[in-house]
Amino acid sequence: MTLTAPPVAEDAPAEGAARRRFIDKVFKARELAVAAVLVLMLLATQLSNTEFLSRQGITDLLLNATILVLVATGQAVVVITRNVDLSVGSVLGISAFAAGNYLQGGGSSLVAVVLAVGLGALFGALNGALVSLGKVPALVVTLGTLYIVRGIDSIWVGSRQITADSLPDGFVDFGHNGIWVVPYLALLAGAVLFCVGYYLRSYRSGREMYALGSSPEAAQLAGIPVRGRIMTAYVLCGALAGLAGALYLARFGNVDSATGSGYELTVVSAVVVGGVAFTGGSGTVYGAALGALLLTSINSVLPAIGVSSVWVTAINGILLLLAIAVDRILALRVAAVLRKQAARMRSARHA
Amino acid sequence: MTESEPETTPVLALEGVSKSFGAVRALRGVSLRLYAGEAHALAGENGAGKSTLIKTLAGVHRPDTGQVLLDGEPVQFNGPADARDAGVAVIYQEPTLFPDLSIAENIFMGRQPRRSMGRVDHRSVRGAADALFARLGVALDADQPARGLSIADQQLVEIAKALSFDARVLIMDEPTAALTGSEVARLFGVVRALREQGTAVLFISHRLEEIFDLCERVTTLRDGGWVSSEPVAGLTEDDLVRRMVGRDLAELYPKQDTELGEVALDVRRLTREGVFTDVSFQVRRGEIVSLAGLVGAGRSEVARAVFGVDRFDGGEVEVLGRRLKPGAPSLAMHAGLALVPEDRRAQGLVMDMSIERNIGLTGFAETTRAGLMNRGAERSRSLDWAVRLQVKYSRIADVVGTLSGGNQQKVVLAKWLATNPQVLIVDEPTRGIDVGTKAEVHRLLSSLAAEGVAVLMISSDLPEVLGMADRILVMHEGRLTAELTRGEATEETVMAAATGRVNREGKAA
Ligand SMILES: Nc1ncnc2c1ncn2[C@@H]1O[C@H](COP(=O)(O)OP(=O)(O)OP(=O)(O)O)[C@@H](O)[C@H]1O
Ligand SMILES: [Mg+2]
Repeated sequence: MTLTAPPVAEDAPAEGAARRRFIDKVFKARELAVAAVLVLMLLATQLSNTEFLSRQGITDLLLNATILVLVATGQAVVVITRNVDLSVGSVLGISAFAAGNYLQGGGSSLVAVVLAVGLGALFGALNGALVSLGKVPALVVTLGTLYIVRGIDSIWVGSRQITADSLPDGFVDFGHNGIWVVPYLALLAGAVLFCVGYYLRSYRSGREMYALGSSPEAAQLAGIPVRGRIMTAYVLCGALAGLAGALYLARFGNVDSATGSGYELTVVSAVVVGGVAFTGGSGTVYGAALGALLLTSINSVLPAIGVSSVWVTAINGILLLLAIAVDRILALRVAAVLRKQAARMRSARHA
Repeated sequence: MTESEPETTPVLALEGVSKSFGAVRALRGVSLRLYAGEAHALAGENGAGKSTLIKTLAGVHRPDTGQVLLDGEPVQFNGPADARDAGVAVIYQEPTLFPDLSIAENIFMGRQPRRSMGRVDHRSVRGAADALFARLGVALDADQPARGLSIADQQLVEIAKALSFDARVLIMDEPTAALTGSEVARLFGVVRALREQGTAVLFISHRLEEIFDLCERVTTLRDGGWVSSEPVAGLTEDDLVRRMVGRDLAELYPKQDTELGEVALDVRRLTREGVFTDVSFQVRRGEIVSLAGLVGAGRSEVARAVFGVDRFDGGEVEVLGRRLKPGAPSLAMHAGLALVPEDRRAQGLVMDMSIERNIGLTGFAETTRAGLMNRGAERSRSLDWAVRLQVKYSRIADVVGTLSGGNQQKVVLAKWLATNPQVLIVDEPTRGIDVGTKAEVHRLLSSLAAEGVAVLMISSDLPEVLGMADRILVMHEGRLTAELTRGEATEETVMAAATGRVNREGKAA
C-alpha cells in the first residue's frame, strides 16, 4: 500500500462564505450591469449634449419608458414561469381604444382605466386558460391570440381614430403632468413595479412561480397548483398590458387600429436584456424594468448625439445578443464557482 | 397476509391496487400495509413496480382498481398536495429540485414559514434548513442554488425536505443509491429516531444489507405482482433474492482471470484547479481498475476530464499511445474511449427520445450510409444491446423517460457498450440496478476485460470494488492517496485511504 500526498486541511468555512458572497454578487450584478450601462450611456450623452439631461429631458425619458416598463413587468412574470405572452401589443392596443371610446362618450377617467385593466385581464385569462389546459407551447398559443385580438381590434375600430381633443382634460393632464421632474405615469408604473416585485419575492405564490419556471415536473410533485399559478401570471400580464393601454391613451391621446402592433418584440427584448432568463425561474421584474429603461433611452440618446434613429433597431438587437452572451458567460462562471465550492464542502465534511 | 402483523389499524395501506400504463401492467392487485412505528421495506427487480407503488401512495398516480386507505378509511388523493396534507412525505427516486432556487427554498417550497400579512419569512426558512442539515450532520450551504449539486447532495436535500414536515408516513425510494457509508449511517439514525416517535416508514433499496439493517418487515414485488409480505427476522439475503428473482442467483462477482496487455489509458499529472490535483495512473488492456473514494473526492471529475467533457489545467491523457486533444469528447470516442456518466437524467439520456434512438446516438458512424441514417441498422443495433442488458420495456420505441430507474441505467450502459470501446470508463455503473442485473453487468465488464478492453470503474459500492477490480486507486480530496492491489485491498484499507485517516471503522454498509 503506497500512501502519497497527505490531505491538506483547508479553512473551509471562511472560504465558503467568501465564495457565497461572490456568487451573490454575480447574480445581483446582472441587474447592476444593466443599470451601469444605462448610467454610462446617459452620462456620455450628457457630456456631448448638455441639454440632454435637462428637466424636460429627464421627464421625457421617464415618460417614454413608463409604458414599456409596465408591460415588461407583466411579461417578466410570465417568462419567469417559463412561458411567454406575445399578445401584449394587441391587448395594449385594444384596451387603449376601449378606454378612449368610453371617454369620448363622456365617461369618468377612473372607470376608463378600470375598463382597460379589466379587458386586459380578460384576455390574459384567455391566454392562461389556453396555455395551462391545452398542452400547446405558450409561444404558439399567444401568437394565435396576438392575431385574434388584433383582428377583433381592426373590425371594431375600423378606420376610426381617437384624438386627444376628444378626451377629458383631466385625463390628458394626468398623462403629462407630474411632481417635479417625475411624471404621474412614471410614479404609477414605479408603484406597480414595486408591488409586483415584492409579491414575487415575499409571497408563497410568488415563489411558486419561480419554482414552476425552474422545473415544471418538480413543481407538480411538490404539490404546487401549476395551472392556477400560470393563470395568475397571464392575468397579471394581461391586466398590466391593459393598464399600459390606458396610460398610452393618456400620454399620446391618439389611438387607432394599429396601436401597439409589433410592441411584443420590444417588450420581450427588454425582459431578456434585463436578465430574465427565457428558460424560466430566474431574473427579477426590476431587471426587466431596467431593460425597458435602457431600450427606451437609446431612442432618446441617438438623436441627442446626432445619430440617425434608423440605428435604433439594430442597436436594440445588438444589446439583446450582448445580454444573452453575458448571461451565458456568467452562467458558466457561476457553475465553475459552485463546483469548486461543492468540492470544498465535501472535503470539509469528511475531514 | 402473515399472522405476525400488528393488531392496530395501518396508518396507510393499499388494498388490491392495479395500475397500467398503456399495455404495461406496472401493478397487479398489490396490497401493502404501513404501521405506525414500523419500517417496511419494498423489494423487487428493476421495473417490478416499486416506484409506481410509491407514486400511488403519494397521489401522483391514481390506482386503476383497488383502494388507498388512510387510517383504515378509503381516501382519494387527487394530487401530491393531498397526500402531503395527509402527512405523507415522499423522497422520489429521481431528485426533483428547482435548480434556480436556493437549497432552503427547495426544501420549504409551498410551506415556507410566514410572518405578518402572509409574507414569507426568508430568514426562518434559512434557519430551519440549517437546523435540518445539522440534524442530518451534513455541511450544505442552504443559501446556495440547487443547480450544480452532485447527485448525492441532491439526494440529501430531498431527505431534508422529507424530514422537514412532521410526517406520519415517510416514504423513501432508493434514497441511499448515491450516498456513502457515513451518510447512510446518519440517515438511518434519523429514520430510526422518527420510527421510535411513531412514524411509519417505507423504504426501497437494491442494497439488501440496508433492508436487513433498517426494516422490520419486507414486501416483495415481481413483475408488478405481489409475492410476499413477511418479517425480516428469520429471512436470509438469499431468501429475499429468490423471492425477487424467482430463482437462485449465480455467483455475485464473476471475476475472470485475464492476461494483462499493453497500457491502454495513460493519465499523467492531470490537474484541474480546485477539483483534482496531480492525478496519474495507467490502465492496461484486460485490466479492471477501480477508482474508489468518497462521493465528491473528485473521481467523476477526473473521468469527465479524461473523456474531454471538462477541460483541465495541466497534464495529459494518452489512449493506446495516442495523445488526446483536451476538451474533445468526439475525438476521444474516435480514439476508442467511452464514458458511462454518473447522472443518467442530465448526462446519459435524452429523456423524451425512444430507447432505440438513445442507444443509436453513439452509433451514427456505424449506422449511417452516405450521410443518411439507416433506421433499420440503428434499430437492430439498439435491439441487440437492449436485449443483452435485459432492459425491461414493452416496445423498443418506448420513450426512455417512462422506464423504471434501473432500466434507464441499463440503457445508458447499452448506449456506450455499443460503441465497442477499447477503453471503457464507467461511473457508478450499477447505481439503482437490482441484484440480478448487477451480476449481469459485472459479468459483462469481466468479459469485456477478458476480450482486452481496459476498464476504469468508479464506484461507491465497496463490495463491488473489492469483488471486481484488479487494482484499486483511492482518491481523497482530489488527490490519489493510495494504490492497492487486489490482494492488499480490504474494506478497511480502502476506507482508511478514502477518508485520509489510517484507523477508521469500516463502511457502515
Ligand atoms: N409514466 C409511465 N408510462 C409508461 N410506463 C411506465 C410509466 N411509469 C412506469 N412505467 C413502467 O412501469 C413499470 C414499473 O416501473 P417502476 O418505475 O415502478 O419500477 P421500479 O420497481 O421502481 O424499478 P427500479 O428498481 O428500476 O426503480 C416499468 O416497466 C416501467 O417501464
Ligand atoms: Mg424505481
